[in-house]
Formats: sequence, structure tokens, C-alpha cells
Amino acid sequence: MTTTTSPTKPGPADVQAQLAAFGAFEKDGARRFPAWVTELRRTGIARFAALGFPTPRLEDWKYTNVAPISQLPFKPAVKPSLVALTATDVARFAFAGLGGSRLVFVNGHFTPKLSTISKLSRGVKLGSLAAAMDSDSDLVKQHLGRYASANDQAFRALNVAFFADGALIYVPKGVVVEEPVHLLFIGSADEDGTAAHPRNLIVAEAGSQIKVIESYVSVGSAAGFTNAVTEIAVGEGANVEHCKFQNERPDAFHIATIQSSLARDSRFTSHSISVGAQIARHDINTVMTGEGVECVLNGLYVASDSQLVDHHMIVDHAQPRCASHEFFHGILGGASRGVFNGKIFVRPGAQQTDAKQTNRNLLLTDDATVDTKPQLEIFADDVKCTHGATVGRLDEDAIFYLRSRGIAHNAARRMLTQAFASNILARIGIEPVRKQLDEFLQSRLGAEIRAVEG
Amino acid sequence: MALLEIRNLCAGIAGKQILKGINLSINTGEVHAIMGPNGSGKSTLSQVLAGRKTFEVTSGEVIYNGLNLLELEPEERAHEGIFLAFQYPVEIPGVNNTYFLKAAYNEVRKHRGEPEVDAMDFLALVKEKMKLLHIQQDLMNRPLNEGFSGGEKKRNEIFQMAVLDPKLAILDETDSGLDIDALRDVADGVNKLRRPDNAALVITHYQRLLNYIVPDFVHVLLNGCIVKSGGKELALELEEKGYDWLAGQPRV
Repeated sequence: MTTTTSPTKPGPADVQAQLAAFGAFEKDGARRFPAWVTELRRTGIARFAALGFPTPRLEDWKYTNVAPISQLPFKPAVKPSLVALTATDVARFAFAGLGGSRLVFVNGHFTPKLSTISKLSRGVKLGSLAAAMDSDSDLVKQHLGRYASANDQAFRALNVAFFADGALIYVPKGVVVEEPVHLLFIGSADEDGTAAHPRNLIVAEAGSQIKVIESYVSVGSAAGFTNAVTEIAVGEGANVEHCKFQNERPDAFHIATIQSSLARDSRFTSHSISVGAQIARHDINTVMTGEGVECVLNGLYVASDSQLVDHHMIVDHAQPRCASHEFFHGILGGASRGVFNGKIFVRPGAQQTDAKQTNRNLLLTDDATVDTKPQLEIFADDVKCTHGATVGRLDEDAIFYLRSRGIAHNAARRMLTQAFASNILARIGIEPVRKQLDEFLQSRLGAEIRAVEG
Repeated sequence: MALLEIRNLCAGIAGKQILKGINLSINTGEVHAIMGPNGSGKSTLSQVLAGRKTFEVTSGEVIYNGLNLLELEPEERAHEGIFLAFQYPVEIPGVNNTYFLKAAYNEVRKHRGEPEVDAMDFLALVKEKMKLLHIQQDLMNRPLNEGFSGGEKKRNEIFQMAVLDPKLAILDETDSGLDIDALRDVADGVNKLRRPDNAALVITHYQRLLNYIVPDFVHVLLNGCIVKSGGKELALELEEKGYDWLAGQPRV
């Protein structure tokens, strides 16, 4: 870690506002954290001050203008919402039949009274990251910020500066956690500009297994800003399935990174289901640090009206004999916009890499747009890399086929659109989550089709 | 009155005339075969009858069961008992075969004023029809036509037909791409569905299928016109002589 400097360099007003907020945060909320965290935060804010908010002049932000985020008076949610949420308020965000532990975070703060932690196997740690920075300081220090780089992306730097809490999940060597863990992040903004910076750390040691669901929803009366970072370290031969569901209110802002580091012979499956927020940006980055890794990244995004949803993936084949498969489907209605950018690096010596990337987009209206870009940088010669992207309408042949069997035009369109979504959802290995998301999407897409038909 | 009465039907695509005045009358209890070389308009005719809007009807009329068929949407035609077995059944990933067929079946029932069937009753019906077409259970659990072999797709078409029980079945080159066992199964299925109160229009390139589905009438379609009609023996004559000798024939 570099020595910290006081972030006093003058910058644009939006940066100044964040610096001022950081000053206030240091005086107030940040005090309860250990000194090493304070140092980390200072590097974060210094890095942010140097980077500033990204503009569309940067290649990685070409199609996603975050001016609406930088220009709003965002205030870090130093304390949880003042509005008391009850178990009943939270129940509707649960997945029926899921069982297991559910950790609830309100504006990024762990809320024990809304959470349930079921009996855990020996050595498994599950709880608040903020608390763990005291109780398991060495463990957290060893991993926190080690995988997701704050150097090259302003929002990750901002997260390092402001994160208040999040989940720590630690699975010791060889332990199989049978029941999935649900991390529920509730945005409860009562004034515009409330910002939550959740920070999650998932460490699965060698030979362990765990399934984690991370969902983001909104209550409250105002649009909020969520800026989340999740780091996942998957040990040798370990198996982690991660499912993220972003369903924040349509005027909210959601920026997030999921960074995974995959050791030899491990398996990592990620699902990113994004349907909410005005601007949603997902960076899903993964590095293979050992041979024989199998990595699957699935994604489904649905947008309507003026929503923008952006997925940026980096799959870094740093070692030989690893497989990565990316399957992303987008369904865009209204005047919404979709962005897909999939980078695959095959490093020198990463022979017998098998990398496959597919992005298919369904435009429901004339006004909806999508920008999709595969980026392959290959520095090895014995590799199999394929990519394909499509943007199109519903298949008229398929519509006619269904209609010729007696299914009405609207119903045929609905059936095909839902099938397009189900293709991705079917890959989710946590049955209650798959089922509930499928039902949710059936109804959301039904409404989209009705809106198109007028 | 005939079940289907086609009068001077002309249709085309993008300004190109394909059907140039078709006249055809089909009564219940009859099986008609339409034969003709590639590009004669056989598939266009079947698509127009099923309601495909890609083809523009420029003149003529089609009366089906007392209704002006050309005014009906494709799904309304299906509700009224028209079924097209596609030459190239469409693969629809993500739509489960059984789910799709139950939805279609219930749409047709709804139109007939019959109550929707529940999953149990539907399954019983499906099981019975599966035996008829030698359909394997796993085909029913798979997405509609996705990854099906050519034979499986065609079996699935006739299986759908068996479940939906149409008044007028149009079989568009159902024999193409079938091996002899599949051909026999498919023809067997069609024959078992033959009744005095329904009819079939079998469109084919080759006479082979007509050994199994024996037609009451055979029509030759050439360059958008029916140039010759006859009994089942006409198919054998075509098999022997090809289509060239009919080129100069005036239309029927």
C-alpha cells in the first residue's frame, strides 16, 4: 500500500463534493474502524480525486454517461436509515423456500434484527464485514482490496473511501455449505442522493463449496445511489455459485463490481440478473490464477423506458487449460439502452484456453438500442476462443409457427420473449431463486409486451 | 358444400406472382394430394392457407367451412380447425414442447366453448397420442423442436396434429428428410386420424408418401396453376414420366 496523502488537490465540483463528504465521514462515521482501514480509505479517496468521475471520453464509459450520478448531491449513508423496517417489510424480498441464512443490509449497513443466520458448519464465518474488521482483522486484512483494484476505476476507489459495511463470508478448507446464503441489500433513501457503498468479501478456501445470492432492492421515498464491490476468492478445487439480482427502483443508480480470483481447478458460476435502476453498471471481472479453472458468467438484463444497463466483463486467462463461458441475453423495450462489453485476455503461455462468449439482444421497440462489443486479446497460440453477438427482433417465423397452432399474436410474442429470458435463468442452480426470478420475469416481460402492443 | 373452396387464388411476394389462379375444392372425408416440381408454388399455397402474411393475396377467394378464410388471422384459422404441418418446423429454444402444446390445445378448446383441461387430463391425452406417433417422452420435455432430428421434427408435427384434431390438415412436404421408418410412422399417424368429418391436403414432391397415405385426388401444380387433376393413379404416372410432359397443359 502506498503512503497516503491528504486529498486536498482541487478538482471539479463533483469531486470536491465527494472530498468534502469524505472529510465529514472521517470526523464522524469512519472513526469506529481500525487504523489500517482509515489508511485504506485515504488511498481510496486520493485515487478517486486523481481519477475523477469517468466521462464518455473514456473507452470503458463510452456508452454510459454517469453525469446524472456525479451531479447529484450524494451523501454517504453513514448510518442506516432512520425509518425502521420490520420483518414484514423485508419478507417480500426473500426467496420462497430458500432457507438458510439471510443477511439484511439497509443502506449498506448490516441490520441484525432483520437477519437470520442458520446453524453454520465449523469454522464458517458469516456476518458483518465491519464487525469482522475488529474480530477477524487478520483475515479481512489479508483479502480486502486485494482482488478488486481501486486504481483504475473511480467508483471502486469511491467504494474504498466510503464503504461502511457489507458481508463477510468465509468457508474453511473442504467445508461444503449446503444452504445458500442470501445477502439482501435494501436501499432506503428518504432524500435524493443517499449513497450506499456496500463492500462484500467472500473467501472460499480449497475444496470448499458455497452458493451466494446478492440482491438489491429499494424501499423509501427517494432515489438512491448504490456503489457496491464484491470480492470473491475461490480457492483450489473450490466451487462457488454467485447469483446477483439487481431490482432497485427505476430512478435509482446502481454501480457495482464483482471481482473474482479463481485458483487451480476451481469452479465459479456467476449470474447477473439486472432489471432495475435508471443507470445500472456491472463490472464482472475474473482472473484465473491457476490451471484447470471452469468459469461461467451468465447474465440477463431487461430495461424499459429510459433505463440504461451496462455489463462490462473482463475474463483474464492468466493460466493455461482454463475454460470460460459467457452467456448474456438482453431484452430492451421503451427507449432503453443496453451495453455489453466482454474482454477476454489470454496471457502468454495460457495454452489450451477455451473461451466462449455469447451476447444476444432482443429489441422490443424501434427506440431501444444496444451497443455490444467483444474484445479478445490473445497472446497464446493453442487456444479456442469464440464470440458472437446478435441484436434483433423476435423471429417472425417463430411467431407465425405459434400462431398457426392457435396461440394469439400477443401471447406468442410473450411466450418467445419469456423463453429468451428463461434460457439464461435456467442456468441458475439454486432452484427457489431460479423459480422466483422466472415468475418475476414472466410478469415483467408480460407487461413489456403489453406496453409495446399499446 | 365443400369444406374448402379455393377460387381463382392469386398470390405472390414482393411483386412476384407465385400462385396464378388456383381452383380447388375439398370435401370432408377426402384426402387431396398436390404434386409439383420445386418452385411451382406448393409451399406458397400451404402458407397462404395458414395465414402467412409474407405472401400477398392479389385476387381470388377461399371459403372454408362457410367462412371467408383470407380475412382470418393465423390463430383464428387454427381455432377453426386448420392445421399446417410445416415443411421446416421452427426451433423455439426455451419453450417447452408440452407447455406449448397445452397452451395451443387450450386456445382451440376455448374457441370451441369447451373448458380448459388441467395438466393431468392433458397428460393422459398426450400419452395416448404419443403411442400413435412413437414419440419418446424426452421429446416432450425438451424445448420445442430444438435440436430435434429431421424425423423427430416431422413426427412432432403430426403429433401436434393428433392432439389438436383439426378439420383440415395441410401437410407441407412432410415426407422430406424422412427415413422409411419415420415415413411409415408419420403416414400411419395421418391415416389413423382420417375420418369422414375431416380432410387433408398433402403436398409432396415425390409419389413415395402416397404409397402410404393414399389420396382420393391428385392435382399437379405447375408454375402457379393446377394443370391436371386425377385419381391416385396420376401420382404413379408422374413418378414414371416426371413433370415435363405437362408443361404445355392448359390450367384446370
